[in-house]
Amino acid sequence: MKAPKRKIKPEKRTKPKLAVIKFTSCDGCQLSLLDAEDALLDVADAVEIAYFVEARDRRLPGPYDVTLVEGSISMPEHIEQIQEIREQSKFLIAIGACATAGGIQALRNWRNVDDFVRMVYAHPEYIDTLETSTPISEYVQVDFELRGCPINKHQLLDVVTSLLIGKQPRTPTYSVCMECKRRGTPCVMVSKGVPCLGPVTQAGCNAICPSVNRGCFGCYGPMEAPNTESLGQHLLDIGAAPGEVVRLFRNFSGYAEDFRLASDAFEEMMA
Amino acid sequence: MPELTPTIGAFVSIEKGRLQNVMDALKAAGYTLVGPTLDEGAIVYDEIEGVADLPRGWTDRQEPASYRLQRREDDAYFGYVVGPHSWKKFLLPPRRTLMRVVKKEGAFVVVDEEEPAPRYAFIGVRGCEMQAIHIQDRVFLGGPYQDPGYRARRQQAFVLAVNCTEPGGTCFCASMGTGPEVGLGYDLALTELDDIFIVEIGSELGATMMRETDWRPAGAFELQQARDALAEARRNMGRQLDTTDLPNLLYKNLEHARWDQVADRCLSCGNCTMVCPTCFCQDVLDVSDLKGETFERVWVWDSCFSIDYSHVHGGNIRPHTRARYRQWLTHKFASWIDQFGVIGCVGCGRCITWCPVGIDVTEEIDAIRGEV
Repeated sequence: MKAPKRKIKPEKRTKPKLAVIKFTSCDGCQLSLLDAEDALLDVADAVEIAYFVEARDRRLPGPYDVTLVEGSISMPEHIEQIQEIREQSKFLIAIGACATAGGIQALRNWRNVDDFVRMVYAHPEYIDTLETSTPISEYVQVDFELRGCPINKHQLLDVVTSLLIGKQPRTPTYSVCMECKRRGTPCVMVSKGVPCLGPVTQAGCNAICPSVNRGCFGCYGPMEAPNTESLGQHLLDIGAAPGEVVRLFRNFSGYAEDFRLASDAFEEMMA
Repeated sequence: MPELTPTIGAFVSIEKGRLQNVMDALKAAGYTLVGPTLDEGAIVYDEIEGVADLPRGWTDRQEPASYRLQRREDDAYFGYVVGPHSWKKFLLPPRRTLMRVVKKEGAFVVVDEEEPAPRYAFIGVRGCEMQAIHIQDRVFLGGPYQDPGYRARRQQAFVLAVNCTEPGGTCFCASMGTGPEVGLGYDLALTELDDIFIVEIGSELGATMMRETDWRPAGAFELQQARDALAEARRNMGRQLDTTDLPNLLYKNLEHARWDQVADRCLSCGNCTMVCPTCFCQDVLDVSDLKGETFERVWVWDSCFSIDYSHVHGGNIRPHTRARYRQWLTHKFASWIDQFGVIGCVGCGRCITWCPVGIDVTEEIDAIRGEV
């Protein structure tokens, strides 16, 4: 993942063109942009919103200066589409757990997708899908990734701002615990024994879940150099069953490499 | 009442409920009271109105990676030790805006500096915490470059301290020489007995705040009870640490195998540094609006456990958890002395309790000393 090095230079006297595109996802990350409220007006002022189906009917053709891509690659036609989008985009940002880790739908990657198709659909023969749900970076070069389910609108605005004014975005890679402690939330794991992925998960959400008495479920994916083994072992020590530890890691960002390896290792322990 | 205000250094006795009069006097003098109060599952420091907000009748059971609130069998006001918060939350807030800058006619203009400091009265400062404040004073006020925001908040702060008569499971203040009784620097210091508080008057300001309170000189028997309680507390520390020649011990063992072992357990999550009352790592960020016309310079708590923190020109000087843990521990117990003339640990035990996997500094140092 590379940080933008210089200011995006649009064609002379035109605003940079922004596209927002989705693959397999719930649209929640795009809503984070719409949820930016007043700041959204500033965005609309600063860039040409060229393609954003969630927000407007008008669709301008590429190339685009900045493309935000939501969703995972899970259908055969996605592969060609994402390659086309990559060609049309100067700067491609994958947004959200689906686009950066395959999303909750990547749970299929541990099973045979045909079994699910048969179980779920009345006419499985109509369904044409890939065996796996994977992040955008599996198929094309991604210039920047914003994690989370959903992404945090402040982080999104910071990245857009950074591109516009030519500075480095601030997207911390340290743990959720840092944000949890800054906001003064007593640790749910230490004070209540609630299993929490905060100590191995990347910050950015402002530690929402622990602030409402829930353990972090790791939607921002692995932090820098996460020690999943030590945390998982500790969860077993305080009474979690191995299956719980597997399910905790195998969640919204469960297919991200460090979490994937951790859930596999603890699953093996169960066997 | 024998006189209007007690003298500095006097020990007086008040009925427990009279503590409210002291708090009222502080409020009337313009102080914002901050002190212990119950939050979800823990005793935290927050704004309080009076004695009714104190965690009366509650205690905390602390072990490595475990903190549990419990009902006490009595109605003690201060029958717990320290929680996840420390006073640095107020003296050195986790996030503050240092300045705002706007672009006006092509030039950048500073429009606003740090907000005026609140006048805090800290209620329930323990011995370890008093020392932690002294340590941060050295960090932020000790050299030629002082932190004006810290200075303003610190200079205006009123300290109502509390001597610890029941140390917790991860406490080792007796080893560090910071407790259980509070050292110098407070305005008033309480010792809680069954029916009364003994109040030691630490300053002129402290004496003034006793003016509306019904007090009497403490009796010899009461003073003896307080001394006995503190001696008992000293014997009942949950943890101990041999501090003999710590700097040399650590400097001579920089390649000890224990660092590898602790790195296997350490999550590098930063919790120990966030809860530590003396840790002061910080980051300064420039935040701008979309147009690049208004900027804020923001100061936030950072941690030497984040990889970015050790990133300098040309690379990272502490790329692995082993190096970061070693840096934190040797700084706290050794190079802190070279830097600030005082050891950086006060023995409050927070880093042990709030480490998600229960790493215990006293155990780590014992292991390096070869005593495990």
